[in-house]
Order: sequence, then C-alpha cells, then structure tokens
Amino acid sequence: MLTNALQRPSRIFQPLAVLLTMIFSLGVPFWVIIVTAGKSAVEARQPNLALPSQWEFGKNISTTFSEGNMGVASLGSLLLLIPSVFGVLLLGAMASWVLARRKTRGLLIAYTIGISGVIVPPAIVPIVLLLKQIGLQGTPLGLIGVYIGMYMSTVIFFITGFIRTIPIELEEAARVDGANPMRVFFRIIFPLLGPVIATATILVSLFIWNDVFYALFVVGGRLDTLPLNLYQVASSGLYLQNWNLIFSYILLMTLPMLLVFIFAQRRIISGVTSGAVK
Amino acid sequence: MNAGAKVKLLLKRPRINAATKAHSTHPIWFIVPAFFFLIIFFIVPTVLNFVYSFTDWSSFKTEVNFSGFSNFTQLFSSGNLVADLRITILYAVLVAVFQNLFGFALALLLERDTLLNRIARAAFFIPVIMSALAVGYVFQAVLEPKGPVNSLFSFILGRPVEIPWLYDTSWTIVVVSVIHAWKWMGLAMLIFLAGLKTIDGEVLEAARIDGASWFQTLRTIRFPLLAPAITFNVATSLLGSMNSFDIVQATTQGGPGGTTELLNIYIVRAFGQGLFAQATAMSLVLLIMVMVLAFPLIWSLRKREQIL
Repeated sequence: MLTNALQRPSRIFQPLAVLLTMIFSLGVPFWVIIVTAGKSAVEARQPNLALPSQWEFGKNISTTFSEGNMGVASLGSLLLLIPSVFGVLLLGAMASWVLARRKTRGLLIAYTIGISGVIVPPAIVPIVLLLKQIGLQGTPLGLIGVYIGMYMSTVIFFITGFIRTIPIELEEAARVDGANPMRVFFRIIFPLLGPVIATATILVSLFIWNDVFYALFVVGGRLDTLPLNLYQVASSGLYLQNWNLIFSYILLMTLPMLLVFIFAQRRIISGVTSGAVK
Repeated sequence: MNAGAKVKLLLKRPRINAATKAHSTHPIWFIVPAFFFLIIFFIVPTVLNFVYSFTDWSSFKTEVNFSGFSNFTQLFSSGNLVADLRITILYAVLVAVFQNLFGFALALLLERDTLLNRIARAAFFIPVIMSALAVGYVFQAVLEPKGPVNSLFSFILGRPVEIPWLYDTSWTIVVVSVIHAWKWMGLAMLIFLAGLKTIDGEVLEAARIDGASWFQTLRTIRFPLLAPAITFNVATSLLGSMNSFDIVQATTQGGPGGTTELLNIYIVRAFGQGLFAQATAMSLVLLIMVMVLAFPLIWSLRKREQIL
C-alpha cells in the first residue's frame, strides 16, 4: 500500500520528465534540421525554430545533387565502404580463428599486436607519406587499405573473443570426416560468426560512412565522399551559411544509417553493450 | 641413451605432436593477409611516426634530413605544444564527465521497460549514428548568437538573450565538449542500462524491505555494482575524445583565438601548410599521451572493479 502510494507520483512524473528531456535535448536540434532543410536560402540564412513559409524541400534536395554532387559522393562513399568492410571482416575473421585456437607464445604476441589498434590512434601523417611512396596516395585503394589496417584490431578483438566461446569439438567432428582447414573454417566456423560479424559490420560501416578525418588526408580533393563533400560545402565561402543546403545534405547522408539502425536496432544494442558490462 | 634422456624424450613427444597438429589444423597462413594490412597500414606508419618526428620533412624541401629535437623545441617555444596538449586533456576530461553524467542520468530515467522509454532509448541513440561533422554543423546553427537556443532562452526569461556560445575564449571549450557528450551520451546510456540489468533484483528487493530509500540503494548497491560499465564508459570516452577532430572543426575550427585547438586540429592545419614533420611530431605527442593515459587508466579502473 505504502510503496504504491509512493510510486504513484513517479508514474506520472517519469513520462513527463522523459518527454521534456527529449523535447529540449533532441527535439530542438532535430526540429532545426528538418525545418531548415525545407526553407529557401533567404529564410535559412538565420537558423531559427520557425516553420518555412513555403516548403522547398524538394528543390533543396535536387540542389544538393546538382551542386553538392550528392550522387557522386554517395557512390564514392560506397566505393570505400564495401571493399573495406568486406576485407576487414573476412581477413579479420580468418586471423581470429587461428589466434583464438592456437596458444603458442608467438601467436600470443601476434594477438597483442593485432589488438593494439583498439587503443593506439592511427598515425595519419606517416600514413600519407607511406602511401606516397607506394603510389597509393590520393587513390581509393590506398584509403581502403588504411581503413582495413585501422579497423583490423577492433575486428580481431571482437571475433577472437567470440570464437573462444565456440566449442572446439564442432571443428574436430568435421576434421575426423577429413575436412581441410579451409573447409572447417568456411563451413563450420564462419557460419557461426553471424551475430558478431553483423555487429562488427555495422560498427565499422558507421565509422567509415561518417569518417572525414582520414579521408581528408588521403583522398581529399580527389574523390567525393559524403562527409568530405559536406565539409567542402559547409566550409567553402560560396555556400557560407546556406543552412538549407547543409541540413538537406545532413538529412540525406544520415538516412541510410538511420534505416540500418531501425532494422537492426536489437543487434546494434546487444553488440555495443556486449563485453562492456561483464 | 640413459633413462633420464628417454623420459625427457617421452615427455617431449606429445608436445611436438600437439604443435604439428595445430599447425595442420589451424595453419599460420590464415593470419597472414590480416597482418599484411595491419602491418603495412598501421604498424609501419606508427613506427615511422617516431622516425619522422625527428626530421625536417616538409613540402618546401626535396630531401628529408634528421634534425634532432628541433620540431619539439619549435613546437614548445611557439607555445603550441603546451597549449594544445592542455586543451586536448581538458576537452577529454570534460567529455568524459559530461558523457557519463548524461548517460547515467538517462539510464536511470529510462530504466523501466515501458513503451515510451523504449522509444526514448532509440531516439537518444540517433546522435550516435549521425556523422560527428554533421552534429557539429547542427550545433553551429543552433547555438548562433541569434539562433534557436538563445531565442528559446529569450522566450523563457522574457528578455533578449544573445549568449556567444561558440565565441567565448574561456567557455567555448566547455560548450564543444558538451556537444561531443551529447553525440555520444546514447552509447553511455545503453552501457549503463545493460549494467543496471545485470544487478540481481532480489538484492534490491531485500534492501527495499529493509527500508532503504531509492537513493540509498542507488548509492550503496547499484552504483558499486556498475563498476564494469563505468570502467568501459570512462575509458572509451576519455581516450576516444583525445583523437577527436570533426565536432570541433565543424563548430569553432579551433577558435576563438585557438582556445579550442585540439592536437588533431593543429595536425590538419600544419599538414595543410606543408609542415609535415611538425604535424608528425604533434601526432607523436598525441600517441604518447594516449598510451601514457591508457594503460594506467585501464589498469586502475580494473583494479577498482576487483576491490568493489
């Protein structure tokens, strides 16, 4: 009785607090993005909370494509994203299998080096020099290599931990039947990695899709990607404070990741929290 | 062969067998492609970082020569080194504090499994999946002197408010760290929520029966049991924000008057000016600072976990 009476005010107060927190911390920025993306250039010059007098959303979107090279930039982003994610996950999973199963001193050292990149920040300036020397500076291939090298540690860290939880007997049964390592890995182990591969794919995709820092150094000015173009649109004098275009751009480039998030919400949440609270 | 040697040989045999067996069942070439990329694109540049920091490599010269500590003495005497290092550490500490405060408050607020709470949790995760650069531009617009936030304050207070959020030489660093924390608070929230879920409900029920208040159970039971979540959140927010660039570049570009110039902002600027060796030297400073902080931080937080 007493606890019920005490809890009752919080039953009303809690949803109210949630709504107020959402309105002020998320509502204001999100509202500004949406209404400004629908405004004309003149109205958008001074960002505010007012609705556009006339929605010009379609016009702004088509301008981001025609002048902001949105289409080319999307292709550029995908050109980097797909091979990087595919490469880092496939090669990372293969390495993780051997690193998880063999416990020699040498491989323990290899594992430590393998996961060093989880903490050590990439040395971007020497990376540029190295790419220049091997003729890959300014090329998509060079940046793909950088992304694969950079996120390899995260992938090895995730997948090795996961493989250690898979009983080795599963492999041994196949081996008795005469399967070679390639077959054991691709037929037995790889299909079991589904959940961890899905999580790592989403995380690495998120990093690469949103990366501007490393892209700026390696392919800046030579290849269009979504964040690089946003950076150029927003920092060039020509588009200075064309908030309607900047926010249309932001809306469009966030949309794919938002859709992924909506459909894979549970996977993402369990992925980012796994291992963090044990 | 004496008996001792025979025993040794017998003892040795299974180990050799195990090693050769592992070699054929889990061949070493499986790790070769991964380590090829890791070594070429990550390890080698990290090693080169140490080498090139002590050269005069720049866009104005055709050859690269060793120059001792001249990059560091130059960075030190110009004041850039101390200032940027101080700003980066301050930024990282502020981000860690705000991100965890916001994340923890949200986790407590949204702990119960109601429909509204589930929607709110998903909504607070949206900034995490947004580009940091985009978040920076959004806040540049929202925090303009005559922008939405100031007009809201004006409306609430009933008098014109024009706070220069992003143009204040002493407070803007706090504002940008709050923006950074805003972007990542959804992640901290999820990790705290997962941590709260691991706590045994019976323990809390027992405490409640004994008459403990909500705040008492929070302080004496739940908070200590959240140690692993706190470890993870503090370590990732502190170390992650040291390598930050996008948000500050999009909001202040290091200004006003260089008061928000993080190490990475300097590195991009120096590189753009062709001062490659100086940019490299500064990135070595960042690398060493992260390493110096990372190991004791993770070690001490882990140790605290064991005690609690």
